[in-house]
This record gives sequence, C-alpha cells and structure tokens, in this order.
Amino acid sequence: MTDQRHRDKRNVDVWLTGTEDPDWLVESTDEGAQKMASQETTARLLEQEGLAVADDRLLDEDIAPDDELMIINMGPQHPSTHGVLRINIELEGEIIRRSKPIIGYLHTGMEKTGEELTWLQGPTNVTRMDYLAPLHNELVFSLAVEQLLGIDLPPRAVAIRVLMTELNRVSSHLVALATNGMDIGAISMMLYGFRDRERILAFFEKTTGLRMNHNYIRPGGVAADLPPDWQEDIEFILEKVPPRILEYEDLLKANPIWMGRTKDVGVITLEECLAYSVTGPTLRAAGSDWDLRKAFPYSGIENYHFEVPVGEHGDVYDRYRVRIEEIWQSLSIVKQAAESMPEGDYKTDDRKIAPPPRARIDESMEALIHHFKIYTEGFQVPEGEAYVAIESPRGELGAYLVSDGGSRPLRMHMRTPSFANLQALPVMMADSMIADTVATIASLDPVLGDVDR
Amino acid sequence: MAGDQIVEGSEEQAETPARTLPDQAILRSIAEQFTDIEWAPSTGQDVFMVPKDLVRDVVQAASEAGFEMLVDLTVTDYFRRRSSRFELVINLLSIQHELRLRLRAPVPVDDVRVPSVVPIYSGANFYEREAFDLFGLIFDGHPDLTRILMPDEWDGHPLRKDYGMSSVPVQFKGSHQVK
Amino acid sequence: MAHPTNPPGFLLANLDKVRHWAQTRSMFTVTFGLACCAIEMMATGAGHYDLARFGMEVFRASPRQADLMIVAGRVSQKMAPVLRQVYDQMPEPKWVISMGACASTGGMFNNYALVQGVDQIVPVDIYVPGCPPGPQSLMHGILTLHDKIMSGEIAH
Repeated sequence: MTDQRHRDKRNVDVWLTGTEDPDWLVESTDEGAQKMASQETTARLLEQEGLAVADDRLLDEDIAPDDELMIINMGPQHPSTHGVLRINIELEGEIIRRSKPIIGYLHTGMEKTGEELTWLQGPTNVTRMDYLAPLHNELVFSLAVEQLLGIDLPPRAVAIRVLMTELNRVSSHLVALATNGMDIGAISMMLYGFRDRERILAFFEKTTGLRMNHNYIRPGGVAADLPPDWQEDIEFILEKVPPRILEYEDLLKANPIWMGRTKDVGVITLEECLAYSVTGPTLRAAGSDWDLRKAFPYSGIENYHFEVPVGEHGDVYDRYRVRIEEIWQSLSIVKQAAESMPEGDYKTDDRKIAPPPRARIDESMEALIHHFKIYTEGFQVPEGEAYVAIESPRGELGAYLVSDGGSRPLRMHMRTPSFANLQALPVMMADSMIADTVATIASLDPVLGDVDR
Repeated sequence: MAGDQIVEGSEEQAETPARTLPDQAILRSIAEQFTDIEWAPSTGQDVFMVPKDLVRDVVQAASEAGFEMLVDLTVTDYFRRRSSRFELVINLLSIQHELRLRLRAPVPVDDVRVPSVVPIYSGANFYEREAFDLFGLIFDGHPDLTRILMPDEWDGHPLRKDYGMSSVPVQFKGSHQVK
Repeated sequence: MAHPTNPPGFLLANLDKVRHWAQTRSMFTVTFGLACCAIEMMATGAGHYDLARFGMEVFRASPRQADLMIVAGRVSQKMAPVLRQVYDQMPEPKWVISMGACASTGGMFNNYALVQGVDQIVPVDIYVPGCPPGPQSLMHGILTLHDKIMSGEIAH
C-alpha cells in the first residue's frame, strides 16, 4: 500500500483504494490555514490533541495510518453546538483522536465598537456579549470604570447589584441545565428549564424594562430603583423555583440513563484546568474550591453567607451537580440580599457621573447642564488602566480598561470565560466516543457570544 | 524613599535612581531576578513593566513562583500616543497565594515579534492567536499562529487604531446573488 | 365550495388557497440560532409561550426538511457564506424571517465584523424589530408571515 500511495498519480490510470494522496481527507476540509495541521511530529500531534499537558496515554504506535482516520466537521450550523461553534473532529472508528474548535462565526467587533462609546454607554455594548448572563457583563464593566474613577457607591446600589446578578446566575444555570438535557435527549428538562427561567425574566423585565440585554447596571450605580412591590416578586420566585429544582434532582440525579451518559464523560483534571485557564463550574467540578466571590470579593458579596460547591472527578455529571448546588447557593444569597436590602439612593450622588433625578431637571439649571453633558459628551475618567474580574456563571469574567483621560475608553477588552474554557475542549474529548461530544460541549456551557465577542 | 531623595539632593539619585520594589514577598522575589523590569502599580493593582524580549523569562519566573494560571493576554494600541505603539498585557493569577500580577510589555510597530508563552501556559494559545488576528503581533514559538476570529483571507488587523471604525461591505462573493 | 357561481355537481375551490393553507399549517423551521435572539427563539418554542399552538414547534436541524429560516442574531462576515449555503439547501418554497435589530440592520454594531443586514445575503420576507425581540414579537412576526402567505401577498 505504501508503494501505491507514493506512486506518481499521473501514471495511475485506474482508481485504486490507497492511490490517492494520503492527505486528501484533510484537504477536503480545507478552509485555508484553519484545516488541521498535518501529523508531522509526535510533539506537534500532542499539542494539537491537547495531550501535551498531562495525559500521555497516546503513544506513537497507537496512531493509526492516515487512511483509517476520518475528519468530520461539526457546525457551525448544528443544533447541539450552542450557537455557531464549529469543531473539526478526527475519528478513528468511533473514537475521537483529535479535535479542533474553530470559532469566530459570531465575532461582532464589540471591542472596536466599545472604543467609540462613552463610559456610560459601555454597558449597552458589553451586555450583549454573554447574553445568558448580561448583568454580570454590565457589573464587571461598571466595576472597572469605578476602579478607575475611584468612587464609592451607596449601599443600596451595591445590594441591588448583588441581588440582580445572583438571580441572573440562577437563570443562566437553568438554561445550562435545559440545553444540557436537550443535547443528551432529556427534552422535558429543556422545557422545564425554560419555564422556570421565565419567572426570573418576568422580574427582570419589570425592573429593567427588558428580558435580556438589560443595560441596568451602569457606572455609578444602577439605572433604576427596584419596582415598588419587588419584595413580593422575590418571595414569589423563592417560593416557586426551589420546588422545581428538587423536581429536576428527582428527574436527573439518580436517573440511570442520565448517569450513563454523563458519568466519566468529558473528564478534565485539575492540572489541565489550570494549564488551559479554565475557570468557573468546570474548574470547581475538577476539585478546586476557587471562586472569585470568596477570593477577591466584589460588591460586598463577602457579607452574605454562602458555600462553594466542589466536585471530585471533573466529569459531565460533576459539572451538572456543581451547577445545581450553585443555584441553591445563589437563591440563598438572593434571600439574604432581599432581607437586608438597605434604604437609600440607588446611584451615586456625584452629579458628574450619575445623571440627576428627572424632577431636578425642571428646577435646576445646573442639573440640566449635568444631564446634557453626561448624555452627550460623557464623563471623563482619569488616565490609567485597570483589570477587574468577577465570577460569572461560566467563570472568571474580567474587564481590562485603558483610559487616556477622555470620555471614551482607549481600549476595552473583556476577558470572557467561555473563550478560555473552550480551549480545554480537545483535552476533554480526546480518546472519547463520538456520541459523548454533545454532552461534553453542553457541560462546558459555552456561550458563543462570550467566546467571539 | 521619595522623601530621602529630596533630602539628600537629586544629583546623585539621578545617576543611580533607587529601584522601587514591591512589598509583597513573592512579587519582590520575581522582581529581584531581573534588573530590567520596573514596578509600576496601577489603581492599587500589581503591575510590572517588562521589556518585550524578557516576557517569556518573566512569565517563567512567575510560573515558578506560584502563578498557576494565565487568565488573560491582550494588546493595547497607543497609536500616536507613545513611541512604541503596542503594549502586550498579560494577566497572571495565583490561586494558592490569592494574588494577581499584570505584565505590560511595550512593542514597537516596526518589530512586532514577541516570544510566545504557550510553552509555559497552554491556555495562552487562543489568546495569542487573537492578538495576532486583531493586532498583528507575531508570537515566536506559537504552535499554530493563524487567524482565529476573522476569516483567513481578511485584510488587515481590525483592532488597530488606524483600521476604519465603520462597517465594510459584505466580503462574501455570493452576496450579489440576492434576488 | 358551494358558491352561487360554481356549476352544480362540481367541487371547486381556489387551488391556490388550498396550497397556501397547507403551507402555513405545517411550516418547519430550520434552526439558525446565532446570538441573543436564539435564546428568545428557544424560549418561544418552550413551554411558557408554546409555539406549538401555531403548528410551528418543529425545529429542523437539516435545511432540507425546512421551509422557514429564522435568522436569529447578528450575522458576521465569517458566517455569511454559511448562512447563504444553508439557505440554498432549503427546498422551495422558502421564507426568511430576520429576527432582531442586528439581523435586520446590523443594530448598534456598525463595525468591520458584522454584515449590516442579512438582506444583503438572502431575501427577507419579515423583519422582527427588537433587541432581542420578545417571544410575543416573534410570534407576531410568524403570524404576519402566515397572513401574508394566505393572502397571496408573498408568492413563492
């Protein structure tokens, strides 16, 4: 076969198996340099496969000849890739040998647009990145701007931020469970997850005006106070959602099909998580208790009592368990925040940063000028740079802002958790079955808007 | 230390300016290994200014000092604001010490080659590809330095300040077939 | 059927009306979820809003089995050829709903990365405004499309 393969093609007049160029399967999936690199050296192969870190199970002699490998393309238009993720998978039979995530199909250029929006308009832009946890995006942007400004907020604004972001964490994890269930075949989980998310979205709509992409948390506080009867709404959520979570646990926790599809699937170790910058529930499921809310507390979250759930095996099942436990902890924080909500102003009274109340504009010339200046030119931020990170439902969400002293950022960069977590996908999928691919992707809970920005 | 400079007179100090070192023991141990890196805290955060050729060595030292994770790698474009136009920014995180460290390395526009840190942190892979794609920095030693967010055949590096701000026509050649 | 102008003994109907009725009653949608709008599209299909009331709950993964494409979200320059290919693979007759501000006009992202309106790539029948449009808006868009097909305004 080797002779035939290297024979000059022009001399072959009948088509025989094995006469083709050995790389033809690779070439046929060519999209320029985005094709998989050829298997030149073992070191190169290990890098591609994500095995260069810890797992050296795959040795040279295990590598099948090229003609036994098949490359299949998954996505970008695929119902189980959570948007427009595309993966090239190299298969040997049913076993995944290598895989390569190809991203950028939702690249929106938000970091470029962010440079022409003022500091106050910034949250409008960043809230559309991670569209399942928009309030976290707004929070981290606002915290970074406030770090540059060096201002303090009234306690009610801080407490409202905690209340809203933790509710958002619940709704985001509900969608993660719903899509995870749908990908594995538990369609009822998908319907249930979206049903209970609606209860939280109804409260968001009442408070912020929109179901998603709220633009509610802004530099200097929040955009509006909580609605008049917000306590009843929170009580309603805290009354209706916990029984449902118990229902999901009944449905999935000991379900043999669910456990068969998720246990020991998509395993990643703690060392690999650290090497690939993986954070969030995926890191905690691998056995670390790293949570930015405990390590670098923000918005006074250290005043609330909660625990950090930790998994053991780093498989899909542990990630599912960690998310369920985080829902319970977040609901507990919401309860504490609602009970201890301080009275007062919901935004800073620094009129250079936060616009004056509507009523003051009719009375005071100065208030009118401030209002006009803030919404046209915007406020100036002192020269400097800052990196602030919070714990989003997917991991460490960071904002790196550079100011040159003007009213717009010189550079707005968001460190998004899904982007880093996605790098670990080849590690999780190497040497696993093709049927486990969707379970592994869903358990990472990538949001492609968060990846591509 | 600043007070001492004023009292003793500035002439001697100007010749050999006293090098400020961080108070934190781990950061101090990193800083003492290199004579060329500068301690430049920003809004209360720990920052080192690093010459670009030393980036990999400093990252290696930080990795050995207990910074397990590279959380972020990005670039800032100081177009017409500074002589060396780009600045490579690396954010490191130590989980065991609960510590963050930022490295900033100026990169001139006529020499955009930077040592890659992928051999130390595998997680830098996507970040360096993104920096190459959007800013055009070249990372020596990266295993697969290709465009990641933009299509392969794209012209230019869009996040550079001299790249146009507004929209471009659809690049896809089938777009004229809309009936 | 029994109409004064119809000759007695013949079952006659306007064949176009039957065809339009059949087209609107079982419209299969190809999943083309891109961004934030995709989540609202999924919420529309899920229990609370229950798109099944209009015979629309079947989301097909394959474009070969679908006759409606809901472009839900921002279309990047990199995604444009893929979108056009999926559209070309759909059998006639086919319709396109552009869901949300980004798909319709590029929205707030007037920059290098986005296609400023999906109608530059594929012909669009209905534009649904909003960022993202709520499930009610999407349902209104779908029902408007049904009405237009029934009235023969959109002929394919």
